[in-house]
Amino acid sequence: MNEPFAGVEPMVYQSRISVPYSWWAGDTAGKFFVALRDEKKIMGTSCRSCNRVFVPPRKTCPTCFSENTDWVEVAPEGTLQSFTIARRQLAALPKPAPVIFGLIKLDGADTALLHYLDEVTPEAVHIGMRVRARFAEERNGTIGDIACFSPV
Amino acid sequence: MDKAAIIGVGMTAVEANKATDTFADMAWEAVNKALEDAGMTLNDIDNIVTTSNDFWDGRTISCMAVSDASGARSKNVSCVEGDGAFGAFYGLTRVLSGSYGTTLVTAHSKGSESISSLITNAAFDPIYDRALGMDIITACALQANAYMSRTGTTAEQLARVSVKNHGNACQNPLAQLPMTLTVNDVLDSEMIADPLHKLDCSPVSDACCAVIIANEERAAGCREAPVWIKGAAFCSDAFFLGDRDLSRAPALTQAAKKAFDMAGIERPADDIDVVELYDAFTYQELMWLEAMGFCEDAQAGKKLENGEFDRNGTLPVNPSGGLLSGHPVIAAGLIRMAEIVKQLRGDAGACQIAGARRGVAHGANGLCGQSHCVWVLEK
Repeated sequence: MNEPFAGVEPMVYQSRISVPYSWWAGDTAGKFFVALRDEKKIMGTSCRSCNRVFVPPRKTCPTCFSENTDWVEVAPEGTLQSFTIARRQLAALPKPAPVIFGLIKLDGADTALLHYLDEVTPEAVHIGMRVRARFAEERNGTIGDIACFSPV
Repeated sequence: MDKAAIIGVGMTAVEANKATDTFADMAWEAVNKALEDAGMTLNDIDNIVTTSNDFWDGRTISCMAVSDASGARSKNVSCVEGDGAFGAFYGLTRVLSGSYGTTLVTAHSKGSESISSLITNAAFDPIYDRALGMDIITACALQANAYMSRTGTTAEQLARVSVKNHGNACQNPLAQLPMTLTVNDVLDSEMIADPLHKLDCSPVSDACCAVIIANEERAAGCREAPVWIKGAAFCSDAFFLGDRDLSRAPALTQAAKKAFDMAGIERPADDIDVVELYDAFTYQELMWLEAMGFCEDAQAGKKLENGEFDRNGTLPVNPSGGLLSGHPVIAAGLIRMAEIVKQLRGDAGACQIAGARRGVAHGANGLCGQSHCVWVLEK
């Protein structure tokens, strides 16, 4: 700051951008969420040429770009690929810290799902641990229909 | 590839909070510094590429809002959303197209004016995973754990990156966070998201950078000796974090291989004199070095401990202090390029690596290094 402005608060224009969005889930995510909500099933799509199962499901294989026409149910249980424990109350966290995030490769899937780990102490979490989905009591067709993953 | 060169660079200081400068003020400062550096005026600029991000700027079509200040009025201006190294790549292709003799590339952001956690949360897929509340720090913390678990890299080795780069920044008058630290200072700093302490993370910053790229004919008339672009390549990985092996960066390996092949480089560790790379977090410096082939997989931490990446080491990395010492998103990769240009000209002041002839600059874009841009520059 220049000397003449010493001790003077800089002017700030406060603003907030608030624009409502409605994202259509689309056929593929729609089917995934309906299966979660109504049947507590975790569904993936399969690429026949790459022989890979995608969870969360994708309509088109992101590797070979062929259409993933086959649906498969994967296990609600899987292996923790990585994790972190958010200790600071970062602005994006929707609940009080600490929050444990994990990448979980479910049995039968070839990709990992991002989600919460809970019912475990931060010290006990480790890569390679086996975890299982706990479904929410009230489900409304969102990723929150899985409440969290917890140790088997 | 036809010959093209970087003939002018200009950057503002990297600061926590540029309260006196708007986006346009920053751009105008960087552009005029680059023009002066090249010994040119705006009349010598054939076209302009601005690089920005609407979410960070909080405005729609943010690139156009700085076009006047970037000297684009009455000129062909185009825009890139993402890191400045990618904006420069586009600027290079415009020169190589033969339609333009010179391209002025700018890149700016002011992290101080919004909330990084909310902005970067919005990079996640709105249908599948945004609601979980992850952001750039928690995402990169997942990657850091995966990388450390696979390679055996230690928290102390990560901390050593912070000590080195903040220490290097003490020689850089444009750096935001010059600091003399110990490994314990880093390990004792606040744990934000395991395994990343506060001092493992780059700060929120404001800055703008401008670079002028020219074809061979136009480079002939510039004030300083041209720095030639010997190789430039970028490559992208899958979008969803769970589709990737987060402990590896195959897109960077491919981008580096392409850039090195273009430049005729077979042994990067021996053939490159200085590296400026995208160290948004400590682990990234080590991971990116391995992915680019500057050392064997899982060995960067040990080499760092041996001092090989220090300013007086065999391969100085981030002698400017890197992003850990100031991280203006978007401008970051373009600043890496400008720092290498200064090194190769011998203009890097107290940060100068003696005898640097050939350098690598690296930019990254997307969560956890989804895409990477690698530049090989030579005097």
